[in-house]
Amino acid sequence: MSLTEGFEPKIIAFCCNWCTYTGADLAGLNRMKYPENVHVARVPCSGRVNPQFILRAFQKGCDGVMVCGCHPGDCHYSTGNYFTRRRFMLMKRMLEYNGIDPGRFHARWISGSEAAKFRDTVAEVSERLRKLGPNTKYREALREGADAGKGGAGI
Amino acid sequence: MSRIGVFVCHCGTNIASVVDPDRLTPAAREMPGVVYAADYRYMCSEPGQQMIKDSISEHGIDRIVIASCSPRMHETTFRKMLKGTSINPYMLEIANIREQCSWVHADKGRATEKAIGLVRMAVSKVSKNEPLYAQSIPITKRALVIGGGIAGIQAALDIADAGHEVVLLEREPSIGGKMAMLDKTFPTLDCSACISTPKMVDVGAHPNIRLMTYCEVESVSGYIGSFEVAIRQKARYVNHDICTGCGLCETKCPVKVDSEFNLGLSKRPAIYKLFPQAVPSKPVIDSESCRMLKDGKCGICAKLCPLGCIDYKDEARTVTESFGAIIMATGYQLVDWAAMYGEYGGGRYRDIISGLQFERTVNAAGPTEGHILRPSDGREPETVVIVKCVGSRDPKKGKSYCSRACCMYAAKHAHQILEKLPGSRVFIFYIDVRTPGKGYEEFYDQTRMDGAVYVRGRISKIYEEDGGLVCQGEDSLLGSQVRVRADMVILETAMEPSQGIEGLTSMLGAARDANNWIQEAHPKLRPVETQVGGVFLAGTCQGPKDIPDTVSQASAAAAKVIGLLNKSEMETSPMISAVERDKCSGCGACVGICPYKAITLQEIDDRLGAKRIKREVASVNSGLCQGCGACTAACRTGALDLLGFRNGQILEEVDALCL
Repeated sequence: MSLTEGFEPKIIAFCCNWCTYTGADLAGLNRMKYPENVHVARVPCSGRVNPQFILRAFQKGCDGVMVCGCHPGDCHYSTGNYFTRRRFMLMKRMLEYNGIDPGRFHARWISGSEAAKFRDTVAEVSERLRKLGPNTKYREALREGADAGKGGAGI
Repeated sequence: MSRIGVFVCHCGTNIASVVDPDRLTPAAREMPGVVYAADYRYMCSEPGQQMIKDSISEHGIDRIVIASCSPRMHETTFRKMLKGTSINPYMLEIANIREQCSWVHADKGRATEKAIGLVRMAVSKVSKNEPLYAQSIPITKRALVIGGGIAGIQAALDIADAGHEVVLLEREPSIGGKMAMLDKTFPTLDCSACISTPKMVDVGAHPNIRLMTYCEVESVSGYIGSFEVAIRQKARYVNHDICTGCGLCETKCPVKVDSEFNLGLSKRPAIYKLFPQAVPSKPVIDSESCRMLKDGKCGICAKLCPLGCIDYKDEARTVTESFGAIIMATGYQLVDWAAMYGEYGGGRYRDIISGLQFERTVNAAGPTEGHILRPSDGREPETVVIVKCVGSRDPKKGKSYCSRACCMYAAKHAHQILEKLPGSRVFIFYIDVRTPGKGYEEFYDQTRMDGAVYVRGRISKIYEEDGGLVCQGEDSLLGSQVRVRADMVILETAMEPSQGIEGLTSMLGAARDANNWIQEAHPKLRPVETQVGGVFLAGTCQGPKDIPDTVSQASAAAAKVIGLLNKSEMETSPMISAVERDKCSGCGACVGICPYKAITLQEIDDRLGAKRIKREVASVNSGLCQGCGACTAACRTGALDLLGFRNGQILEEVDALCL
């Protein structure tokens, strides 16, 4: 049996309160259906998402991370998502450098009215991660670290 | 150790038909810190809330998780409920198991698994929650209106009529703005001065309005409810406390300079009122052209003034005033077409005038007493070409936007020419004719009936030939080149934000859009608010608009201000940034990232070993902070954290999911 067969990824989505979280709620109101893999963590603004949160998620064995906010120019706090955009362009490259497949991390703009986009994004990311298989990168590193008696690379 | 209560809502069958409460509730009971878990058909109902309240006291619960619909739905409901209990309203987290679980998933087993995950995340987060307390800030019951055009006048009158004090600030010597310069207003052809000057007089006489003309904003600090605004009163050199406005001084002043009000079409003295119906109806001396102030020679006005009002030693003064709310009504100016359109002569030809200059020309109180005459030789023009969209809808040379009012005033100008100069011919070059407004399309139709010739196309070149102006362009409907010999050309130029808008908006922390207009908080639903609390918008400072729209928006902004000033204090959200001073290195990265200018560096006394030192740390203004958290992600030392969404709380959520 291959590693990825029957595998269901665990995904955390940091969604801004004003756009994407509302869009996700709207998907519910419209009874749209999408895979159960994504768990939403509500944040006031995508600009609130500290890269540390993402690293921690990967470290603890999350298979994928999404950061979603208002479209650039539409930020409830006027400029927050511009910082998000710049920050996560760098983040993506850093993750890649660290050996994490860039397909595991997605920054997307989904407005409060784009319920269908939320549904499609969740479906797309879930499908990609199903193919990528479980994220074991840091888990193994942690285990090795623990075995060597050095403790984990705690943040 | 925290004592957490978990309450699972069935929402009738909305949740319970997909997520199994009989699995979820026992699972929640096993989560760390949970001392009690229960489920009920409708948690938000009266008996549901009562059940939660009873359980809190019965089981000594100190924080709760409610697994129900979206927090956007009932977070406020449950916070209010907690106000009547022993626990703080912010010791609450909501697991969204309806909109983001039961409604979007069909597989009961997997949906229940996900719901357990969501509840676990909420339980972990709530374990790190702390009591938060809303601050209430006092409201200064006084409004500042910046800009004394029709928008500012209307807003000031509405607020003053509601019983609140208003300061109306204007940088020119008189209020009135652009509307005072217009001759007639479309589509009814009301005399503009006849409808605006009574309002100006009302403003001047209103007991609740204090006029501050010839004043500019120097600095703004504070936040909604308590702004401190430093206002600079420019030197007038005339004591307005005793001046009666008799006007004797103006008649004998030897200086003649271009009149701003008549846009260079006439001259004015150095001691002057902006226009005859100015409010206040008292003159000021223009220090740049007054001989006495420049060279110390003259002094005629001082000798003439029967009351001794002239004071050549007058100086600018700055006063600081407190306000609860601010309305921006700074209006527009017309683009400098001469600098942009070399092909129209770049300002060389005197008989090419702007629409606003035409307004002054056709106005009975204007330089030609209402006779339409060519500026160059004072002759009546026989053929007039009107060019629309000069600078508007022209992204290459001017502005990409439509200036909205020009189609209608071009039609009005054509109508006025055809009426005043029988036998004359008017050609209007246009891209599109846009007439969305009550009675507008009918007015445009009437103008065409009057004989105005509409030609669809742009004018590519205007040059002088035998004392006339040749306008060369394209008739895009006929697909051919056209050439019209005109005696006078009127350019209907684009509106742009008033000069100085950058400085003023950055003082206030208000954003501007791509075209420099002030950005509204939401284009549809918050059109008269800025993103800065307590700062509102009226009129063309937000974007081009005509008089009816300007007045409506001014009244809307006034209504918002009245609503705010009717309160004596307001509660602010406690979910804002907080600084841990010990960790802060004073780098200031947060200062630049904050869109609300809520963070400043503050000097504090500290110790370094045994030594007393002074160092800078970030300080958050709770009145300005809106709780976006941008600063927390930018903070290098982790000194900044967002209350209610602390790093620790979010990391707990992450850990709980990854378990």
